[in-house]
Amino acid sequence: MEAPIRATHILGFALFFLLFFVCRSSPLHDLLISSAERRIDLTSHIVKVYLTLKVENAGSSPTSEILLAFPPTQVDHLATVEALVTKGKRKKTTLVRLDVKPTELPDAPNGTKYFTIYLANPLNSGESTTLEVLYLFTHSLEPFPAEIGQSESQLVYYRDSALILSPYHIKQQTTFIKTPSTKVESFTRVEPTNRAGTEMKYGPYEDHPPYSSSPILIHFENNSPFPVVEELVREVEISHWGNLQVTEQYTLVHGGARHKGVFSRVEYQSRPTLSGTSSLRYLLARLPPRVHSVYYRDEIGNISSSHLRTDSRKSELEIEPRYPLFGGWKATFIIGYGLPLQDFLFESSDDRRYLNFTFGCPLLETVVDKLTVKVVLPEGSKDPSAVVPFPVEQHLETKYSYLDVVGRTVVVMEKKNLVPSHNSHFQVHYTFKPIFMLAEPLMLASAFFLFFVACVAYLHIDLSIRK
Amino acid sequence: MATVTNTPVSDLLKSFKLKTKQQELLIRVSILCLVYILAFIIRLFSVLRYESMIHEFDPYFNYRTTLYLTQNGFYDFWNWFDYESWYPLGRIIGGTLYPGLMVTAVLIYRILHFLRFAVHIREVCVLTAPFFASNTTLVAYFFGKEIWDTGAGLVAAILIAICPGYISRSVAGSYDNEGVAIFALLFTFYLFVKAVNTGSLAWSLASAFGYFYMVSAWGGYVFIINLIPLYVLVLLITGRYSMRLYIAYNCMYVLGMLLAMQIRFVGFQHVQSGEHMAAMGVFFLMQVFYFLDWVKHMLSDTKLFQAFLRITVTCAVAVGTIALGLGMLSGYISPWTGRFYSLLDPTYAKDHIPIIASVSEHQPTAWSSFMFDYHILLFLFPAGLYFCFKRLSDATIFIVMYGLTSMYFAGVMVRLILVATPAVCLISAIAVSATVKNLTVLLRSKNKGVLTGSTKGSSSSKASSKALLDQSQPFQKNGAIALLFGAFYLLSKYATHCTWVTSEAYSSPSIVLAARGAHGNRVIFDDYREAYFWLRQNTPADAKVMSWWDYGYQITAMGNRTVIVDNNTWNNTHIATVGRAMSSYEDEAIEIMRSLDVDYVLVVFGGVTGYSSDDINKFLWMVRIGGGVFPVIKEPDYLVNGEYRVDKGAAPKMLNCLMYKLCYYRFGEMLTEYGKPPGYDRARGVEIGNKDIKLEHLEEAFTTSNWIVRIYKVKPPNNRW
Repeated sequence: MEAPIRATHILGFALFFLLFFVCRSSPLHDLLISSAERRIDLTSHIVKVYLTLKVENAGSSPTSEILLAFPPTQVDHLATVEALVTKGKRKKTTLVRLDVKPTELPDAPNGTKYFTIYLANPLNSGESTTLEVLYLFTHSLEPFPAEIGQSESQLVYYRDSALILSPYHIKQQTTFIKTPSTKVESFTRVEPTNRAGTEMKYGPYEDHPPYSSSPILIHFENNSPFPVVEELVREVEISHWGNLQVTEQYTLVHGGARHKGVFSRVEYQSRPTLSGTSSLRYLLARLPPRVHSVYYRDEIGNISSSHLRTDSRKSELEIEPRYPLFGGWKATFIIGYGLPLQDFLFESSDDRRYLNFTFGCPLLETVVDKLTVKVVLPEGSKDPSAVVPFPVEQHLETKYSYLDVVGRTVVVMEKKNLVPSHNSHFQVHYTFKPIFMLAEPLMLASAFFLFFVACVAYLHIDLSIRK
Repeated sequence: MATVTNTPVSDLLKSFKLKTKQQELLIRVSILCLVYILAFIIRLFSVLRYESMIHEFDPYFNYRTTLYLTQNGFYDFWNWFDYESWYPLGRIIGGTLYPGLMVTAVLIYRILHFLRFAVHIREVCVLTAPFFASNTTLVAYFFGKEIWDTGAGLVAAILIAICPGYISRSVAGSYDNEGVAIFALLFTFYLFVKAVNTGSLAWSLASAFGYFYMVSAWGGYVFIINLIPLYVLVLLITGRYSMRLYIAYNCMYVLGMLLAMQIRFVGFQHVQSGEHMAAMGVFFLMQVFYFLDWVKHMLSDTKLFQAFLRITVTCAVAVGTIALGLGMLSGYISPWTGRFYSLLDPTYAKDHIPIIASVSEHQPTAWSSFMFDYHILLFLFPAGLYFCFKRLSDATIFIVMYGLTSMYFAGVMVRLILVATPAVCLISAIAVSATVKNLTVLLRSKNKGVLTGSTKGSSSSKASSKALLDQSQPFQKNGAIALLFGAFYLLSKYATHCTWVTSEAYSSPSIVLAARGAHGNRVIFDDYREAYFWLRQNTPADAKVMSWWDYGYQITAMGNRTVIVDNNTWNNTHIATVGRAMSSYEDEAIEIMRSLDVDYVLVVFGGVTGYSSDDINKFLWMVRIGGGVFPVIKEPDYLVNGEYRVDKGAAPKMLNCLMYKLCYYRFGEMLTEYGKPPGYDRARGVEIGNKDIKLEHLEEAFTTSNWIVRIYKVKPPNNRW
């Protein structure tokens, strides 16, 4: 399927367009979802949605594509979509990850956006399969009231539809919504609706046609802080002398309800449970094991409030901003650390080298609005190429560091709207001749040599004058 | 003794002699290298104890301007009008600073980047002072060599490398004018003495450039432009006038003056300000002297010359006085500034300029701080003076005059200990070097005698004469050894003292405070940066912050916000307005704050941590400075029977003034120490007098975790519906 789409885009053959539409439109009406269960987790500021779909092919031709639909308001906040399918029978079930790609459909009602799940094996007519879909939304909890005082708790709105938006007919569906606490101010009822403890149940609803929706609004308490990194620049510098230096520049903001009025330190110190409950006091960064020379600073110097715990499997860095972050407050800081090179740099079979490193932000439970990863290759590296598991914008830069003459090649990768699940590995391949390693020491050595030669020469001249 | 030995041995000895010369050179160079490194690394305590950061108050301004210079280039820097300070007046930065330090730092930065060292400008700034301290040791060596000998030069280099009086202003991070200026000062003096000694135009030209660098770096250049004429005058009076002096002074003065006029902040002061008139007077006097010399040379008749001399000198003095008088009367020559007066008369500032008197480093020096900063140099200094007088030359006269005048200034103001330090080190070095040399010469000649006596029996007559000489001065050898040990003991004590002082007293950045916790662990109070960073991140970019002027530079540099007043205390009225606001009742203060567009008020408060240099302790100076311009503010209103109190017995005006309210707002609820009532102020050791403080026009915006900095927001005026 992929090939003709690309062909149409590149060549624009009308014939291919026609073929494409025929192919495309047919599976839409032939598939149906026999049961759907959706669990929405609202406990943190990243909204997690687990969707279990039982898809049935009611048509005559086999198909390997299943569409997921999202309203345009949600698609802007959608960070990631994953689809899994269970394989094997009963005991030996394994989950297999499926390809998910954003898709444009020309006749989408109300600007609906689509994602296509590509099944590994085509679904024959009459067959059914169960898909597990997980998707995450960021910036989807709207604080209301938008501004709160120090001792007030943070209330947020969550907007969604009680019915799952789908281009397919859904026979039966249920939605469970989990809130962080039992304190729910209000919620829209779409009967049957139940609420027990921290969970709300919408449904089951029977037989809904495609594109049916029923908006709901939930107003509840969410006192967890909303750490949002507006911009993160990670610089990974490779030194073939055995060190990998990582420098991360953060612009952190508390994305929750804005702080209003007074900040009273006496209340904050004496009543920590009542005052400033949604304030961001500390953050946890999970760093690779064997990390060394960690620093935590900002434009005006070192920040002394951080703790590093290391064991053989991981390192945890607990950092406190200079001041507790209330809603809307900002802090910028830099974390830097060194890593042993042999853990991350490998030689591939074709005599090239590649760096294998994690892409996302090491801070836990944090949304990153814009991430730039810069891989600084050693001077003299050639033909860099990056392999990233998701689409990113890439370009090359040159950076001058200590004793550089021609500059180092920097592979820059940019991505927007990241969540912790983007912390997967990426690879940067490049060729490097080991002789370049000696360039800088030789330069230094020759400079010192010349200096001493000059000294010797000067002294000899000096003595000859004295005689 | 070579005469008595056979030829191969004498050859060997000859080659050995050459080798000792080389060895001497090698030892000298390696000692200098070690001293150079030592001077650098002893100043790194602050980096090791804390971090690579800029210290104190003024260095933050210098850092900020250096940053601006690196980012915008020299011309923008020269034309920089700073809107972020002295709101609403602003400040012409290019015309009101000494750019030497910033240009030096940027030059080093550029050179390093050219050599592909990708350092940050902050690191360059932090290490500028130690780097120049190292260079100063080299200059001290050459200076010592010039006035005495190489031994004195080496000792001077070692002494100045670790002298606490100099370290106090040149530790890593102390990015201040003085760090560069002391180098420039000593270098100029060295070049000038060299010029006087050689009479060479090249050296006097070099000293003019040295003077130019000094003028570009620090206001203390006034010391040079007054000391050198004074020195020339003394030489003239003592009859040491020479062509060498004439060349050195004229070239240095004329060129130095012209070069100094290129610095905008100095401008035409060399011809217009009373402080620089001495140099000009001496310049003309030199010409008169030269003229007379010439006339004397032409006229062989002494009587006629005497008459001519009388007429010429009278005329010259009369013309000079009339010119000076006219200049003064017409206002062309400005009178001496208050700062200059306060140097000559230590009580002047206290009576007339409270803003100068309020700074702790402008106080008269206590004996203890002399001891602290000089240690054994204090005793070696008079000894060195004795040696200098014993061997008077143009150079020693200079160092004596430099030593004596700067010692006087050091007694007037604590911070001027710094200026005296090089002189004290040089003179002490002469004492040490001369003493040790005399003693070792004594020991060596005796050893030689013993050696010759034992190895060569043939020259018995010489040996016997030596023995006779020894017997004439009994215990000479033992005495010399004891004195040498004494000297080494004192010098090693000096080294340990210097290291201790540097590590304990002079390496604190004063932005970050460190204390010992209950379990002996190190507790860090990083409240200043917490507050400044909060300002930087969480207030509108155009917010105006009112605070006492001490924190102005830090707020603009670290907080990146506009301030009303800062450490460049050029406008006394503006500072007095802030002082008035701080010492008024809240409803009066709000009028002043609104008129200045103040958005935030920042106060420093040490009541929780026991930090004593906070705003409450500085408050009386605010009252005095405010009262000096606005007579509504009267100091006695804040005192009870002449006593300054903050507890229940405090004056009612004190308990309700803005500063008191802002410092102690909601402090009455706070329990600071066990067994003490709430609201116990640990800095002053009393329970505060007003625990129920209500603020009407301000609200607490931020208080740091140890309460050291408190920031209040000025509320917008209420709607009048």
